[in-house]
Amino acid sequence: MANTTQTQRLEAAAADAPAIELRGINKHFGAVHANKDIDLVVKRGTVHGIVGENGAGKSTLMSILYGFYTADSGEILVNGQRHDITDSRHALALGIGMVHQHFMLVENFSVLENVVLGAEDSPLLGRTLAHAREQMAGLARDYGLEVDPDALIEDLSVGQQQRVEILKALYRGAEILILDEPTGVLTPAEADHLFRILKTLRDEGKTIILITHKLREIMAITDEVSVMRQGAMVTTIETARTSPAELAEAMVGRRVLLRVDKSPAKPAEVRLEVKDLVVADDFGIPRVKNVSFSVRSGEIVGIAGVSGNGQSELLEAITGMRERRAGAIVLNGVPLELEGDAAAADAREAGIAHVPEDRHRLGLVTTFQEWENAILGYQRKYGPGLALDIGAAKRAARGHIEKFDIRPPDPELKTANFSGGNQQKIVLAREMERDPDVLVIGQPTRGVDIGAIEFIHNEIIRMRDAGKAVLLVSVELDEVRSLSDRILVMFDGHIVGEADPASADEGELGLLMAGVTREGRSPAAGADAPAPSQDVSDKDAEP
Amino acid sequence: MSARAPLPRWADVALLPVLNVVLAFLIGGLIVLAVGQNPLQAVGVMLYGAFGYGAGVGYTLYYTTDFIFAGLAVALAYHAGMFNIGGEGQAYIGGLGVILVALALNGLHWALMFPLMILFGALFGAFWAYIPGVLQAKRGSHIVITTILFNFIATSVMSYIITRILKPEGVNSDESAPIEAISRIPRLGEFFSYFGRSPANLSVLVAVLALVLCYWLIWHSKFGYAMRALGQNPTAARYAGISGTRMIIITMALCGALAGMVAVNNVGGVQGRLILNFVNGAGFVGIAVAFMGRGHPIGVALSALLFGALYQGGQELAFSMPGITKEMIVTIQALVILFTGAMGDMLRIPLMRLFDRRATAGGQ
Repeated sequence: MANTTQTQRLEAAAADAPAIELRGINKHFGAVHANKDIDLVVKRGTVHGIVGENGAGKSTLMSILYGFYTADSGEILVNGQRHDITDSRHALALGIGMVHQHFMLVENFSVLENVVLGAEDSPLLGRTLAHAREQMAGLARDYGLEVDPDALIEDLSVGQQQRVEILKALYRGAEILILDEPTGVLTPAEADHLFRILKTLRDEGKTIILITHKLREIMAITDEVSVMRQGAMVTTIETARTSPAELAEAMVGRRVLLRVDKSPAKPAEVRLEVKDLVVADDFGIPRVKNVSFSVRSGEIVGIAGVSGNGQSELLEAITGMRERRAGAIVLNGVPLELEGDAAAADAREAGIAHVPEDRHRLGLVTTFQEWENAILGYQRKYGPGLALDIGAAKRAARGHIEKFDIRPPDPELKTANFSGGNQQKIVLAREMERDPDVLVIGQPTRGVDIGAIEFIHNEIIRMRDAGKAVLLVSVELDEVRSLSDRILVMFDGHIVGEADPASADEGELGLLMAGVTREGRSPAAGADAPAPSQDVSDKDAEP
Repeated sequence: MSARAPLPRWADVALLPVLNVVLAFLIGGLIVLAVGQNPLQAVGVMLYGAFGYGAGVGYTLYYTTDFIFAGLAVALAYHAGMFNIGGEGQAYIGGLGVILVALALNGLHWALMFPLMILFGALFGAFWAYIPGVLQAKRGSHIVITTILFNFIATSVMSYIITRILKPEGVNSDESAPIEAISRIPRLGEFFSYFGRSPANLSVLVAVLALVLCYWLIWHSKFGYAMRALGQNPTAARYAGISGTRMIIITMALCGALAGMVAVNNVGGVQGRLILNFVNGAGFVGIAVAFMGRGHPIGVALSALLFGALYQGGQELAFSMPGITKEMIVTIQALVILFTGAMGDMLRIPLMRLFDRRATAGGQ
């Protein structure tokens, strides 16, 4: 592992020509100035973090470096040499590799086939594959990148798939590795494993650029960090000399409260009760298996878990989006029927408001104007008979815009033109302003800027204090811990544990999320356990 | 962030369709030139034929009426995310409704007969679209496939009904018994001599009404809201408690009813009888009309007018320039359909590049 200190490493790196140097990069998209005169130096053999809110221009900058976009002006220097990077093939030839946030893998190909895809050096695959197998064994040995070369991608856990992406880049000879939000889909244990791999890569002389919005990761792994805001580079600083609060302030341009301030919960009567619920996915495979719990008025119940362990199906069943196979959903003592493809309307009518996990797919029609989305799901309440009362709908939209500070304050703007945080506010305002009994929220701050996160968290607490029952699902463990009054951990369709957010420590929750209980394997982790459990068998995940 | 900004709205709704039409005419002009005729003269003849004199305008209006109904039948479904290829068959079956009510009550004054023809044309057309709608909504059979197949079924069924059941004894051509003059929808020429003996009839008013109603339905009713939500994001529609099954079935039935109006115009207003294959492709032209009109009733009206003029002007052209054959006119019409319908977006990316470059240049 790392024998040198960070300062020594930076000093050593400074002697060399930097791995990447960007000078005066500008990029416009129509009227939007996405990158403003960006200068950036990434030293060889370091981990360099780039943080910034959504739309700050991080992805654009990296896309320019990787050859997806061409800069309007500016220079790119790789290892001190000037290059006009025309496409990603060119970038690869220069030793720049990228691991995308959404993996670019062929699901029904083996790991080996994915690694060589696009880099086959002869028409007959046999030799290439044999060569790749050898190389992969070497890479696995050197960097701890163990993956079974013959496994199919679809059978791998998310963390392992990510390793395949890294292998792909290294196989193509990448010396500089760009990772875009790499931990968004990982369990804490998988993220730790990834960081160990990245540290090894760095110690072997590779250069790593890490794009993230998680300040904790920046602090944990990077040597230097650059902050972008509104298309401009605000600062580049040695990680050891800064703090999360300082970085957050630089990102947002004002002081941000990173902790959630809340008073103790005052739970009252049971609002929502879920009894022995079984829900299957689109393929008929059960994803929620005999789940029972209740949520009281005035409390926030958080469901933690690695995504894909049944949380989505649970939320969908409660809100009428998906029919349940067995069990009951009881609201204020009355069982809800929730059948048919208009059941979401029944759930809403009964008093369940729903902020969906995926606002683009579910919560918004992004091609609609803002006011049209401000009434989505409540459209029947606007206007008599067949007519839609557009005036009333726009008034409601303006009310939401004012109360939730949605920007720009234009109810007639197309929803796709709002930023992620403001889109989320459109959904939150719509669902919270209906005075529901139960508020079901999935991933409240996914893809939302730090400044808006603070606001959204406070609004959720406000709902709780107003006596609503709040059910929260998030893959962000920090978020579940700071907001919830009770945490339920979901794994493989079961609730495998309940924890008190005040006392539970992250390691313990992480193990629960991975399907491991203190007594050993939970009974839930049977033969049909989903992929994440495979990672646990890696030695590093043991306590 | 996408690499290119979308086109400004005016360029999307006006510039692009106009460029497409110009391109189609340019290529059409080359063909005219290739057979040794003067393309400018041809354009002049077409324009005169379509708009130059009363009866010509009347013919243009008659075709336009057909294309408005057929275009709306496609546009409405399009807003709900469906592609209704079945306007042709729905119009044909609509004709059955019109002729059945007209023959059953033959001799009734047109003021009473007209609404009945509309009602029965709509009901029969709606029925023919309702079946594919149910199959899509409840069984997942793709609407494009089923509506295409239903066109064939309509052709066969109607051939049988017309030649074996409706055709009176002693008549040679394949058509039904005639509707009495008093029961027919009056031609515009009966009120305004300007239109002469042209087939334009009061159905054109129904077309205008249909345009207004569709506009209201799409953008000012709860149904239209639900329809657009479903069309633009079906999962969000489900989230909003909108029943996809119900919406698909009702929308398809409405489209069929609109297509059925083509039969009112033709059977009740012009022919006064049900003739074999009377729809004659109007249902398919409706697809191009709807796409060129971007699904908006105003766009549908304008593109229907273009196609109406093209049809009428083309006939005039074949008549007065013998060097240009009927087949060549069909070719020109096909070119317009090809460029505005099938390849309507061909120029979009070059245009976007152009605007992008201009915006970038302006920004620096």
